[in-house]
Amino acid sequence: MDARATSLDNGMKVLVREVHTAPLVSLWCWYRVGSGDERPGLTGVSHWCEHMNFKGTTNIPRDQVKGIIDRYGGFWNGYTWVDQTTYMETAPREALDKMMFIESERMSQCLYDAAECDSERTVIISELQGNENDPDQLLDTEVAATAFRVHPYGHPTIGWLGDLERISRDDLYTHYQNYYCPNNATVVVVGDVDTDDVFRRVERAFGQIPPAATPERRRTPEPPQLGERRVTIEREGTTAYLKVAYRAPAVTHDDFVPMLVLDAVLTGAKGLNLWASFRAAPPQRRSRLYRALVDERLAAAVGGACLPTVDPYLFMVSVTVAADRTRREVEDATLAVLDNVAASGITAAELERGVRQLRARMVFENDSITNVAHQLGFFETVTDLDTLASLPARIARVSVEDVSRVAASYLVAHRRTVGWYAPLGA
Amino acid sequence: MSMATTLGLAPVPTVLDNGVRVLVKQTRMTPAVTISLAVGAGSVYDADNLPGTAYFVSRVIDRGTTSRAAESIAETLDFCGVSLRVAVSRQTLTLGCDCLAEDFDVILALLAEMVRDAAYPETEVDTRRSEILTTIRQDADSPATTALDRLMALLYGASHPYGRLTKGSSESVTRLDRDHLRQFHRARIRPSETSLVVVGDVAPDDAVDAATRVFGEWVGDGLSGEDRPLAAPPMLTARQRVVVPMMNKSQADIAYGFTTITRTDPLFHTYQLMANIFGQYGMGGRLGASIRERQGMAYYAICGFEAGLVPGPLVVRAGVNASNVDRALVSIDTEVTNLAQQGVTDDELSDSKRYIIGSLPRTLETNAGIAAFLQNIQQFDLGLDYDRTLPDLISGVTRDAVNSAARDTLASDRAAIVVAGPYQDTAGE
Repeated sequence: MDARATSLDNGMKVLVREVHTAPLVSLWCWYRVGSGDERPGLTGVSHWCEHMNFKGTTNIPRDQVKGIIDRYGGFWNGYTWVDQTTYMETAPREALDKMMFIESERMSQCLYDAAECDSERTVIISELQGNENDPDQLLDTEVAATAFRVHPYGHPTIGWLGDLERISRDDLYTHYQNYYCPNNATVVVVGDVDTDDVFRRVERAFGQIPPAATPERRRTPEPPQLGERRVTIEREGTTAYLKVAYRAPAVTHDDFVPMLVLDAVLTGAKGLNLWASFRAAPPQRRSRLYRALVDERLAAAVGGACLPTVDPYLFMVSVTVAADRTRREVEDATLAVLDNVAASGITAAELERGVRQLRARMVFENDSITNVAHQLGFFETVTDLDTLASLPARIARVSVEDVSRVAASYLVAHRRTVGWYAPLGA
Repeated sequence: MSMATTLGLAPVPTVLDNGVRVLVKQTRMTPAVTISLAVGAGSVYDADNLPGTAYFVSRVIDRGTTSRAAESIAETLDFCGVSLRVAVSRQTLTLGCDCLAEDFDVILALLAEMVRDAAYPETEVDTRRSEILTTIRQDADSPATTALDRLMALLYGASHPYGRLTKGSSESVTRLDRDHLRQFHRARIRPSETSLVVVGDVAPDDAVDAATRVFGEWVGDGLSGEDRPLAAPPMLTARQRVVVPMMNKSQADIAYGFTTITRTDPLFHTYQLMANIFGQYGMGGRLGASIRERQGMAYYAICGFEAGLVPGPLVVRAGVNASNVDRALVSIDTEVTNLAQQGVTDDELSDSKRYIIGSLPRTLETNAGIAAFLQNIQQFDLGLDYDRTLPDLISGVTRDAVNSAARDTLASDRAAIVVAGPYQDTAGE
């Protein structure tokens, strides 16, 4: 992507890409901190900080935070995941200075009022309990926790309930002070702007914020998995869900791109980042797992996820079991497909289809300045822009042998975690 | 064939000789095209004794035609990286997708073949029936879905087309067969009921030529669908409250609502502004400020407003811990009463007007956003210059009009309320 980059003296990175198709601008501010940087006892602190950073700053009164961008007709939000926390605004270009003002305040002037911290505790617990209402999400959490024993990717981004009940205002504020500084941030601006003008405005808005020492990112590497792991949730419900998770390569590993193609062969191609993967269902009718499970009436739905992360994460297959089918027959059929591709590899036709799907998805992902800015910031935060720029060529170069090799290497029984949501009374 | 042009967003309109309406908007953000093919074949056209017919049709219409097997369709879609979305609302059945510009002709032809010549193969009917039955079971296990479904039945009556379940019931879906689906298709999916919107990197003339090639000879089966006038929903005269205990869940979902106005009502934008102030502006409006921000009770507390061909619902949604349900309902009642009795402030109205007008460029930024906007124009005859007239329509709404709408609609003693989740009714309302 033809974004121009610069760095301020305080270490903050800035990426700008001009897109003049609409009088809009999207600004994203990314921090290299996520739930993968949390230790036991403080799980969920990154996400909670994200919430607190919408609750007033020295120069933005608490009750005005949520109206500034709305008055321009803009959209704003934030999210936290394993390697990153990010905040965004998309609005008419006239709002650009307001966006920068908000993000510069958020970087160094948030209040963390004690009463607000307590009030937000119940909001976050409500968010967690809302997630738990969905059996699929509940199982997702359990499978990740089973697959990772020591690496912090094993705990949910929202945190464990016990930690959420105990985390204090000082815990939150310390986390904020540790990680919210310009040398740990990247600001991305995409839209109807002049790049040099944006650089000047960014300097004015952020240039005076001093850098700070951030904690070293020290995550315990997950040791090799020596045997298959299993977890079963038994709860009242109507529907059974199966998840099979394998250790996957990090985004910087040469095997990551062949894994993307393997995912396309098995469950259809998704987008290349967390957000894009949620946006639209994948093209998957000819994918191996869809044909074996959905077309054979064993499952109502099947999905897969292979996402770019700093450290090795999971390639996760998800199956919604069809009414009146047994767990055994669905698991046997699922593992048969996965074992078969590991043993026999893929075909040239499957490769061609998977590569074409990924190429199309990369085009679709660039349909708005918001998504373009997200893609730039996501990759800059988990790796670098060169990786993003190299993806189309790397995908085009993937061979049948590459994909077959990663299937044989990663989709092995002793590296997988099998999770079941087994409904009681169904 | 007739053609005309207009200013503003300036979609190019065409009506084919058989009545298919076509709107094309060329954009160049990416080498991609969004296709949206909407047909007046939503769930309101289900026979009273066969709810779920339109939804079932939507699950099979793309699974084989008289000349192409399901596998062949799947191969074309997957090879082009296309994820076809077939959605059913109460009024329309819509086939939509994004495709690369280079694949536009192939994909449009495929979609046209589906609406013209869907075959509803027996084996596909059975496979998709299995999927639907599973989805119905999943819905029954979801407090959020359960709360909303039950609220619609309260507001409209369980037998009203807006009050019954779009997906139908396990019983009706089990009874529906291939002949039912084909009969519905023949009755409802016809050229005069079809609106094609094409947005993206394709020249309007080329898109119209392509549409003419694939739809021009389509005459339909000549059957006349049963266009029964939809009854207006009954006005609730007393507060109604239903609790659906789901004790295996972690959180309760509240759905709390009223019926309002039709989309073509001159007061539509007045209600749009009222709903924005009440439960949308700044992530939740007054409701979010009270229930989430001041009281910390919920991750979300919002208000949705959907106007259709009959008076649509205005629905408050909140997800709360079971111990907070009663307190949350009191808060919603309070906000309802305050808005109805005290009205909105000038600042609130001004902010919401700025938000809605200012959000228009963002709404129209993506191909999919433009396509949805244009289909809305087609469905409700809003005018091809609606993107240009909308700011004035919003600006012209007065505070008195919003306050009058609030008084007419919002009354806690006439609210329909559903609570679904780990909660049992001890309040005895």
